[in-house]
Amino acid sequence: MSDWKFMVRQLAKNPLSLAGIIIIFIFVIIAIFAPLIAPPPEGHVDPYKIPRDGYSATPHLPSEEHIFGTTEGQYDIFYGVIWGTRSAFRVGIVVIGIVLVIGIVLGSLAGYFGGVIDEIIMRITDIFLAFPALIMAMAIVIALEPSLTSVMIALIVVSWPSYARLIRGDILQVREEDYIEASRGIGASNFRVIMRHALPNAIYPTLVMASLDIGAVVLAAAALSFLGLGAPEGYADWGQLTSFARNWIVGPSNDPLKYWFAVTIPGLFILFFVLGWNLLGDAFRDILDPRLARR
Amino acid sequence: MELRSYIIRRLLLLIPVLFGVTIFIFGITMLFSPIERASLYVQDARQMTNIPAIIELYGLDQPFWVQYGNWIGNVFSGNLGWSRVAGMPVWDAIWNYLPTTLELAIFATPIIILMGIFLGSQAAAHKDRPLDHGTRVMAIFGWSLPTFWLGLILIMVFYGAIAGLLPPGRLTTEIQTLVNSAEFTRYTHINTIDAILNLNGAVLLDALRHLILPVITLSVTQVAFIMRLMRSSMLESLGKGYVLTARAKGLAERVVVNKHARRNALIPVITVAGYVFAGMANGVVITETIFTYKGIGWWSAQAAINLDIPSVLGFALFNAALFVLVNLVVDILYTRVDPRVRLGGTVQ
Repeated sequence: MSDWKFMVRQLAKNPLSLAGIIIIFIFVIIAIFAPLIAPPPEGHVDPYKIPRDGYSATPHLPSEEHIFGTTEGQYDIFYGVIWGTRSAFRVGIVVIGIVLVIGIVLGSLAGYFGGVIDEIIMRITDIFLAFPALIMAMAIVIALEPSLTSVMIALIVVSWPSYARLIRGDILQVREEDYIEASRGIGASNFRVIMRHALPNAIYPTLVMASLDIGAVVLAAAALSFLGLGAPEGYADWGQLTSFARNWIVGPSNDPLKYWFAVTIPGLFILFFVLGWNLLGDAFRDILDPRLARR
Repeated sequence: MELRSYIIRRLLLLIPVLFGVTIFIFGITMLFSPIERASLYVQDARQMTNIPAIIELYGLDQPFWVQYGNWIGNVFSGNLGWSRVAGMPVWDAIWNYLPTTLELAIFATPIIILMGIFLGSQAAAHKDRPLDHGTRVMAIFGWSLPTFWLGLILIMVFYGAIAGLLPPGRLTTEIQTLVNSAEFTRYTHINTIDAILNLNGAVLLDALRHLILPVITLSVTQVAFIMRLMRSSMLESLGKGYVLTARAKGLAERVVVNKHARRNALIPVITVAGYVFAGMANGVVITETIFTYKGIGWWSAQAAINLDIPSVLGFALFNAALFVLVNLVVDILYTRVDPRVRLGGTVQ
């Protein structure tokens, strides 16, 4: 049976990964058809800007016109979460793609060669990891001027070291294995040993982490936006929508849950988006890992 | 390599790391123009005319290395600068905010480690049975929760809906007054410990009431992380030859799981202690901000948002030193639990 068929069958068999696939699929559909689901109003220049209905601070309850209600500043929550899906995909995919390449190159160099190369690369990752990623990302975003691009750059800068370390650890583990020794013994070049033997045997946990991390990256981006360090105000972005609701978590004393929708709905979009990736990532781990899968 | 010389070597390596961290952060602040950085010293609009004088005074238009050299020179003479956000010297601010964060960590860390390891190994031992699926769904869910959102929802429910049950902040005002009064001795500035040492039930209760939600918020993601890692590591370990041998010679399943499999499965978990530390440091920033629980995390977030450069640099130094020490301990532990791994090993 080909690996692909096996993989697809396994994914479809497992209800959790199936749920993950469905969730991600729904988000893909939302992202693609955003202009149809939440059409920008007439004369609206930038579709990523959430249309406002007035300027009053108090959120308005869901109504026919605004089915998820409006949040602080009368931004339409429905429009915001739909178009926010696009922002989420963009941030997640770009950041993970770039970070993985950096991590694989530096991690396998460090792990395979050891010695001075390892020492240098690991000390550099130490420097980056020694600082809470969030604070460093905040500093970078502030220095570059808050925008979605700055958020992506900041997340790439702070997240490559974990991948480099992880892949280095994987390589270290297989480096002492007999088949590596054997391959080196028959005169294979270092490049070949890394590409053909070390990486394929070492990379699975890392692939999972990566698949998980499209979700995690979106989470981190949302956290930055939540702190006011993301997209400019009014840009369709889940983290920012959540932050708009911060002053309205506890409603008036006779109805403390009055504004529940303003904080809950954007948060649920973040949660389910991340959940979809994580469900899939979890299933992948079991399937891709040859030591666990076909037993 | 001998343990002592290894430790000394690693501690010496701390120095370039600290230089690296500060140069990096300093480099980021250099992206701002001298005028922007000078205006941070200005309190009101009338002083804006003093900007050139300020630039001159603090040498803000000097080349990078000169400015960095000035800063590092001050650090060596024990002066980390003034924290605008805290309204006190940076060094004092760190010690002032540290106990608050320690208090969070004291409660969250055991929960994270014990629950993570226990649930993870149980899940692996019951692979593909209800317990496994249940904990797996829990973990994935916990891992996917936006920390800030979880905090807000918890406040909405336990402070809003159930009026005032578990409030944000660190202590209620009356209790805070009591704690600051002469009757209450502050041994550690960690409220729960001080309350126990003072045999004061009211303070203990109040401190715990304020701690529950932040501790939950801080732990959820990390528990999920450890648990998932422990599960997969345990599954791998359960498939190894020595487990088969142990089973074949008729050992009880409990002994096989707890002694033979789990001990070996702990190795990868120990290696991520550094990640967990880093994860908690991030979690602390968000958690403390949401709950206005004024510790190091809250302070550093405020400093970053308000461009309080000396604070951010001081925090960077402090955190970097702590992180390197954690990793040193991890590496030493690693050689203890897995004799195959040698300190500072290269290809043998």
